[in-house]
Amino acid sequence: MRAGKALRGVAVALTGALALTACGGGGEAADSGPAKLRMTVWSANEAHLKLFNEIADEYRKSHPDVAEIKFDPLPFDTYTTTLTTQIAGGNAPDLAWVFENSAPDFVASGALLPLDDTLKKAEGYQYEDISPATLKLWQNDGKLYAYPFSTSPFGVFVNTDMLKKAGQKTPAELIAAGQWTWDNALTTAAATAANSGKAGLVIRDFDYKGWDNLSTFWTGWGAQAWSEDGKTCGFNSPEMVDAMTTLHKATFTQKALPGPGTTADFFAGDSAMTITQISRASLLKDGGFGWDLVPLPAGPKGDYAVVGQAGLGVLKKSPHAKQAADFLAFFTNPTNSAKLAQFFPAPRQSQLTAETLAKTNPKLKPEQLQKVVIDGITNGVVKPNHSGQAELSQQVRAGLDPLWQPNADVKVVLDGVCAKIQPLLAK
Amino acid sequence: MTQTDTRVGSASAGPAPGPARPFWTSRRRDQLTGFVFIAPQLLGSVVFVILPLILVFWYSLHEWNVLAGTFDFVGTENYQGLADDPNLGAVLRATGLFSIGLVVFNLGLALLLAVLLNQRLRGTIVFRTLFFSPVVVSLVAWTIVWGFLLQDNGGINGLLDTIGVDGPNWLRGEGTAMVSVIVVQVFKNVGLNMVLFLAALQGVPADLYEAAEVDGASRMRQFWRITVPLISPTILLTSIITVVGSLQVFAQIAVLTQGGPGTSTTVLVYYLYQQAFQFHHFGYGATLSILLFVIVLALTVLQWQMRKRWVFHES
Repeated sequence: MRAGKALRGVAVALTGALALTACGGGGEAADSGPAKLRMTVWSANEAHLKLFNEIADEYRKSHPDVAEIKFDPLPFDTYTTTLTTQIAGGNAPDLAWVFENSAPDFVASGALLPLDDTLKKAEGYQYEDISPATLKLWQNDGKLYAYPFSTSPFGVFVNTDMLKKAGQKTPAELIAAGQWTWDNALTTAAATAANSGKAGLVIRDFDYKGWDNLSTFWTGWGAQAWSEDGKTCGFNSPEMVDAMTTLHKATFTQKALPGPGTTADFFAGDSAMTITQISRASLLKDGGFGWDLVPLPAGPKGDYAVVGQAGLGVLKKSPHAKQAADFLAFFTNPTNSAKLAQFFPAPRQSQLTAETLAKTNPKLKPEQLQKVVIDGITNGVVKPNHSGQAELSQQVRAGLDPLWQPNADVKVVLDGVCAKIQPLLAK
Repeated sequence: MTQTDTRVGSASAGPAPGPARPFWTSRRRDQLTGFVFIAPQLLGSVVFVILPLILVFWYSLHEWNVLAGTFDFVGTENYQGLADDPNLGAVLRATGLFSIGLVVFNLGLALLLAVLLNQRLRGTIVFRTLFFSPVVVSLVAWTIVWGFLLQDNGGINGLLDTIGVDGPNWLRGEGTAMVSVIVVQVFKNVGLNMVLFLAALQGVPADLYEAAEVDGASRMRQFWRITVPLISPTILLTSIITVVGSLQVFAQIAVLTQGGPGTSTTVLVYYLYQQAFQFHHFGYGATLSILLFVIVLALTVLQWQMRKRWVFHES
C-alpha cells in the first residue's frame, strides 16, 4: 500500500508539472516592484560595457524605482535576427540598439516608443543640439523612435609602413597634392599588394556578401542602391555600372582588392589599406605598424562621405517602457553623450569639434578628426536602408554573386539584380 | 470472526454489495507504474514535439508580424504562396541535389570503408577510429575548420598547388559550393554508417561465403548475392537516417555558404530559417516547415513500403 501511495504522489506531481507547463508562459510578469531593465547591444567590448555600467550605476543612485540595468551583448552577425526572435518569443528587451539597415522596419512597425516628449522634457537635455541630419532615419510622421547614439563615418586606414616599403606615395601626400582619387588609391593598393605579397585594399565586412558596405565605393560615382523614395532599383544605372566595372577590374585585373574567399585583416597587418568606420581605431595596437586615417578617395563625382548609424530605442512592449525611456534620456544627455563619444561619435553639434573629440579619441589627430569624423557626419550619406531590408539584402547578395567571377558581364549581372529586387521595392 | 458474521448476515438478507474492492488493484498499480516510467518521455514528446507541431500548423494559417505585434488569420494564403514563390523551385532543386549527393556518397563510402575494414588486415582499428572520430566532433567546429580549408587561399588549394593544380574557389562557384557542402557533411557522418555496416557485415555467416566459393562464385557475385541481401536491413536503416538527416541540414550551409552563391546551396531548412527569422515572415516560414514535414514523412513512408521488395526477411 505504501508503494501505491508513493506512485500516486509521483503521478500527482507529474500531472501538476504538465498542467503548469501547459498554462505557463502566457502573460507578462506582473509589473510590480522596482523595474529591472535590459538593453540589448552588439558590443561585448569590455571598455564599452564598463562605461555603460558606470552610467547605469549613476542613474540608479537617483532612481530607486529601477533595481537593475543589464546590458545584454548579442552576437554582431546575427544581432537583428536574435533580437526579433526574442521579441517573437515574448522575451523582448526594454531597450535595444538598432542597426541603420533595419531602422525603417523598426521605426515604421510601431515596435518602438516615440521618444520626443521624454527627451525634450528631460532636464538639461538640449534636444535642439542634436544634428537634424542624424535624426532623419529614425523619424516617422514627425516622431522620433530611436536616438542615433552612434553616427560613425567611414574612412580609409592606411598601413604607411607597407606603402613606403613598396615605394608608394602615402595618401597624406596624395591629399596634399590634390591627387587622392579612387584611380590613384587603387593603383597604390595594387602596387603595394604586388610588392608585399599581402592584400591591397580591403573593404571591411564586405567579404563579397555584405554588399551594403560597397556604398563606401559607389557613392563616389554618384550611384545609389535604389532611388530616394525607395521605389526604383539603382543597380543598373549608368553610374552604378561604371562603379562596379571599376571595382571588378580592380579585383580581378589590377588585383588591388583581395578576391572572393580570401581573408585579410588590416589590423593584423594583412593589408595595405582598409575602408571601415573610425570606431575601429580601437583595434590598432600600440607599437604596431605606422598608420594613418584619411577620408574616402574622391570619385568621378568628387568628394563624398558615407556614415553608418546605430540607434537606441525603447520597445513599446516593455512593461517598464516609461522607466526605460527615462533611462535613455539620461544615457544620452550631454554629459553622458560626451563620455560615449570616445567610442561612438555623438550626434550633438556642440560635441562635434576636433578639440572635444580629441579628448576622447587619443589615437586620432585633430586633423583626422576634422576631415574624417566631423566633415563625414555633417556631409555623409547613410548606408543603404529600406523597409524589408533583410529580404532585399539577401536578393541583392544572391544577384551580385555572379559578378564575383573573373569573366562576369557587369551590366548583365546588375540588370539581373534589378530584376530580382524591383518587385520588392515596388511593394 | 467479524468477517464470518458479515457473510452469514449477507446471505440471509439476499444479494448485497460485497466488500469494497481496493482501488489500487495489482493491475492498476502495474499500469500506473508503466505510465510513470514513460511519463518523462511522454511529457518531453508532448511539450517539444506534438505541441510545437500543432502550433506550427496554426502559425502557418496566419500572417505574423513580429515587430508590429500583429497576428492575423489568413487561411490558406501562405499555402497558395508556395505556388507563387519564385525561389521555391531553386530551393527544392538544391535540397534534392544535396540529399541525393549525400545519400549516394555517404552510403557508398560507408559501405566501401566497412567492407575494407572487415578484412583481417593490420591497422584496421586505427582506420576505424580515424573515420569515426569526426562523428563525435562538434558540428560547427568541424564546419568552421573546413570553411578555412576551402577558402581560395586555404589548405585544400595549397595542397593542390604543391602538385601543380590550380584549385577552384570552392565555396564561390555554384557547382563546387554544393559539392563542398556535401563532402564536408559526408566526412562528418560517414563513420557512423560505416560502423553500422561493419556490425552488419560481421553478422553474415562465413559458411555462406565458403559454400559460394565452392560453387565458384566470384568475390563480386558473393558481394551482390550474399552480402547485400543479408545486410539489407542495415542499408534500410542507414538510408532512412541519412535521407532524413540530409533534409535537416542547416549549420553547414549557415557557416559555409549562407545559401550562396546565388541560391545554389539554399536548401529548404535554410530557406525557412531565412523567411522566418531574417525576413520576419513567420507565417510563411511555418508553411515551409509543414512542407518539409510532408516531404520527410512521404520519403520515410515510401522507403518503409519499399522495404518489402528489397530488404531480406521482409518479403
